[in-house]
Amino acid sequence: MGEALRAVQLEKSFGEGAAKTHAIRGVSFQAYWGEMLYVVGPSGSGKTTLLSLVSGILKPDSGSVLVEGRDIWKLGPNEIADFRLNKVGFVFQDYHLFPKLTTVENVAIPLILKKQDWNESLKIAMEFLEVVGLAQKASLPPTKLSGGEQQRVAIARAIVGRPDLLVFDEPTASLDGTTGKRILDFVKNEILNDKRCIVIVTHDNRIFGLADRMIEMEDGSIVNVRSGGKIEG
Amino acid sequence: MRGIFKIALKLLVNDRGKFAALVVGITFAIFLIVQLTSIFSGILAKASSTVINTGSRLWVIDPSVQNPLNTIPLPDYVLDAVRSVKGVEYAVPLYSGIGLVKLNSGAYQPATVLGLDDTSLLGRPELIQGHIEDIYSNNAFIVVKDQEYAKLGNPPIGTTFEINDHRGVIVGIGHVPEGSLFGIPTLYTTYSRAIQYLPNTRFTIAYVLVKPKSEAAIAGIIDNVAKIGYRALTDREFEREISNYYKYQTGVGTNIMMMTFIGFLVGLSISGQTFYTFVLENLEKFGALKAIGAKNSELVSMILFQALFSSMVGYGLGVGLSALLIATGKRFVPNYTADIGFWNLALAFVLVLLIAGVSCLVAVRKVIRVQPFEIFRG
Repeated sequence: MGEALRAVQLEKSFGEGAAKTHAIRGVSFQAYWGEMLYVVGPSGSGKTTLLSLVSGILKPDSGSVLVEGRDIWKLGPNEIADFRLNKVGFVFQDYHLFPKLTTVENVAIPLILKKQDWNESLKIAMEFLEVVGLAQKASLPPTKLSGGEQQRVAIARAIVGRPDLLVFDEPTASLDGTTGKRILDFVKNEILNDKRCIVIVTHDNRIFGLADRMIEMEDGSIVNVRSGGKIEG
Repeated sequence: MRGIFKIALKLLVNDRGKFAALVVGITFAIFLIVQLTSIFSGILAKASSTVINTGSRLWVIDPSVQNPLNTIPLPDYVLDAVRSVKGVEYAVPLYSGIGLVKLNSGAYQPATVLGLDDTSLLGRPELIQGHIEDIYSNNAFIVVKDQEYAKLGNPPIGTTFEINDHRGVIVGIGHVPEGSLFGIPTLYTTYSRAIQYLPNTRFTIAYVLVKPKSEAAIAGIIDNVAKIGYRALTDREFEREISNYYKYQTGVGTNIMMMTFIGFLVGLSISGQTFYTFVLENLEKFGALKAIGAKNSELVSMILFQALFSSMVGYGLGVGLSALLIATGKRFVPNYTADIGFWNLALAFVLVLLIAGVSCLVAVRKVIRVQPFEIFRG
């Protein structure tokens, strides 16, 4: 498997003086194509911050994030936005779907941001809604969908631009155990392929079994990296 | 339409409550602004009614005259001097004064009396009843049928009345483009009868009306009239002078301007607050867009588009509502005056753009500052 991304000695802190908190302390890791990589750990361990650093959302204080051999944090503000748009697909914890748009319009957003034609974007978005099994609900607003369905819409929106890297932040936090497991099964079987890498931040041990590798974090540092989805102890 | 504008539009109009509040606020502000400025325009037009109705291209006045009510009589030699100025085709006197009319009911009613040059009758009203040559018959007056006409008891042709203890007879009923500002009826007669019937000072010419031989001759006439110590003004200049008098020396302009500003502030506060709330409620969504890959410039253009769209809808509705009210007012309300013109609309347009700009300014700052990381943190 080729290297999808490499994080090198990432450091990030928040606040000033006495209130300064080291969120990430010298973290380095690699993620590979075709891999479903979990970042796990207790609340406040720095999982979400790490995900933000590697996906071009939050700039590290030091260290680098290499994607296809180039450091994304050496890009300008517009280029980093383009990087996120073209290379990364996001699934947020609360989905952040637009209740005033229809489901298919929500899915089409990344394509519209890429300045694709409106109707063409909706057509492609429809295809991806079919992939997640929600084509029949395309014209409904997301508020009319169940939590699991909204999660699938968020996934369709994340993959519609065919990004290489998919990042999921606590994808099962708002779902019951069965729905969460089913969706992650779907992601692993239908979305993941050998040209894509998926990084998932979670502390939901019900879905650990689906991970190819797991990075375990504590106090802003990686304390363990394991193959497969089992954490011992 | 570009896709992001379509998204912006859907986010805006599908939030019906906010959109309605936004549009109502702007509509109300534009309605107030257009109403007030139109009423002011109407007042100014009425204030210039003598100039508009007479239709003379050039007016010679005493340099101290600021409005048609305060005419300063000109000596007869001024008329002769103006007639001898190069470029003048003809020049005639116009009398303007106030006469006290005693109606058949016994009531008294002041009226503006305009005395037209006996020979040319320059500045005469368009007659809707009667014949203009009847103005030369004994005691003849033409009454203007405007909103003040009823104050003379709606006199038909043949009605007799007293004016300053002289007998008067209505021989014609006329129509003029612009009614009088001061709420009194208007009577036309000949210059010679006017100065005979109404009490006068030593000099009796209120204005000398001049017909230039050509437009090119106007500048020369103005210069030559100035040399004899008087002012010649074109009709536009005279109207502007009258407007300036009412704007700056009577308090009317200042008060209307203040009320217009209050209308602007009302619109700004309603739409600014609503738009700010709208953006605040959608801040997370804008953050999500940013995380997905939208650039700040794109988000700013979306917000500007939303502000501009609601402003234009509000502008259209506000202007439409004003036009409707003005049309209704003119039809049913006596003495109602309001004129919508290019400048009213242009001023309202500039103010609505300001409302849009200021409303989204604070919102834009919020959106630029929102960090996509905040979306991740939840």
